[in-house]
Amino acid sequence: MELINEVVAWFADPSNWTGTSGILNRTLEHVVLSLASVVAAILIAVPAGLFIGHTGRGAFITVTVANLGRSIPSYALLIIFVTWFGIGFAAAFPALVVLALPPILTNTYVGLREVDRDMVEAGRAMGMRETELLRGVEVPIALPVIVTGVRVAAVQVVATATLAALVGGGGLGRFIVDGFALRQQDMLVAGAILVALLALLTERSLTFLEGRVVSPGLRPTVPVETEILNLPKPVAFGP
Amino acid sequence: MNWDWIRSNIPAIVDATIDHLILTLIAVGVGFLISFAFALVIYRDRRAFGPLAGFAGIVYTIPSLALLAFLVPFTGLSVLTAEIALVGYTLLILTRSIVGGFDAVPPDISEAANGMGYAWRGRLLRVDLPLAMPLIIAGLRVATVTTVGLVMVTAVIGEGGLGQLMLRGFNFRNTTAVYVGAIVTVALAIILDMAILAAGRLATPWTRQR
Repeated sequence: MELINEVVAWFADPSNWTGTSGILNRTLEHVVLSLASVVAAILIAVPAGLFIGHTGRGAFITVTVANLGRSIPSYALLIIFVTWFGIGFAAAFPALVVLALPPILTNTYVGLREVDRDMVEAGRAMGMRETELLRGVEVPIALPVIVTGVRVAAVQVVATATLAALVGGGGLGRFIVDGFALRQQDMLVAGAILVALLALLTERSLTFLEGRVVSPGLRPTVPVETEILNLPKPVAFGP
Repeated sequence: MNWDWIRSNIPAIVDATIDHLILTLIAVGVGFLISFAFALVIYRDRRAFGPLAGFAGIVYTIPSLALLAFLVPFTGLSVLTAEIALVGYTLLILTRSIVGGFDAVPPDISEAANGMGYAWRGRLLRVDLPLAMPLIIAGLRVATVTTVGLVMVTAVIGEGGLGQLMLRGFNFRNTTAVYVGAIVTVALAIILDMAILAAGRLATPWTRQR
């Protein structure tokens, strides 16, 4: 109970909010680093995934990247990059981009591959060009799966950006690492709360986005009565 | 790479690897038992899936460093703290894969088992569980590889096996220790993955092609 009071007091202290090592600046560092890494990973992995998924060429690349991504620990990757490039953004940024690539690449590829081939062929028969097929058929249908990949990547990036503090970086992990080092439990727990909140917020907001990007044509348009009558469901891809 | 350092520190590297292995095996073992209990509850009553998977999902989303920081005021800088966090991260993966395994049993087979007079316990052990095996094994592989990586982070509370080796290597500008820690960890993950794959093959002889 005493700990809760201490943590509340820590949050209530205005000097913990401002300055270089204040909550506001640390949160900004964390968000900017995470956002930059995820955006860079999207810019690399989505076009690559779209190309591989659309043409079917180079599918082995996605399998290799996915397997590598699963077996390389983020902690190890981060420390190696910091050993190479030194402390700070220059090391953490490329490490986080590398971490974020596999889920986005895999999901873009799988999302595109799972699009019903008949629909792609139908589009082609209607005279759509390859880029039109991508933009008008494949990407809209695959979008929720792609966003899932971005969500998995973003949550992992936010978590790993915390670890950057272990090797001298900034961000919200600073409060936890310094809390351990200085045996200051109020700062330790406050840091944990901030990091957990940021991770949960990232996860929730991208899960929400996932629901919103389902193409209108794919939402069930079947009237409720039809379902009750248990008739064979009409195909739910409306106009 | 400083080969002399490696040669003179082989005992330390081996110790760190064994620590790492033990921390991983305990976490996956205990995590499997808890997840199996979760899956049994869900097997008996589907409504339990939402709350249990939701709980495991929230734990899974909390970054490892933060979870450790939450636990330390209660359980101190101890193996227990490390294991609670590590077990927590296996729950979502394992519960989902075990429940998914049960769900993948074809309804016809469950019906046939019921028709032959199996009570739920017998049906679970002799029909559903063997058929769920491939998905359970897949879940165990993912959980184990993930845990090998997460064990490293527990270096911050003085555990961490090879993570400790890497962090010390970083702090003392010993690049060799950093590389050794990373390489041995990845090797450990791959070996354990292969071992579970092989054990899974032995446990499901009927899936082998003749």
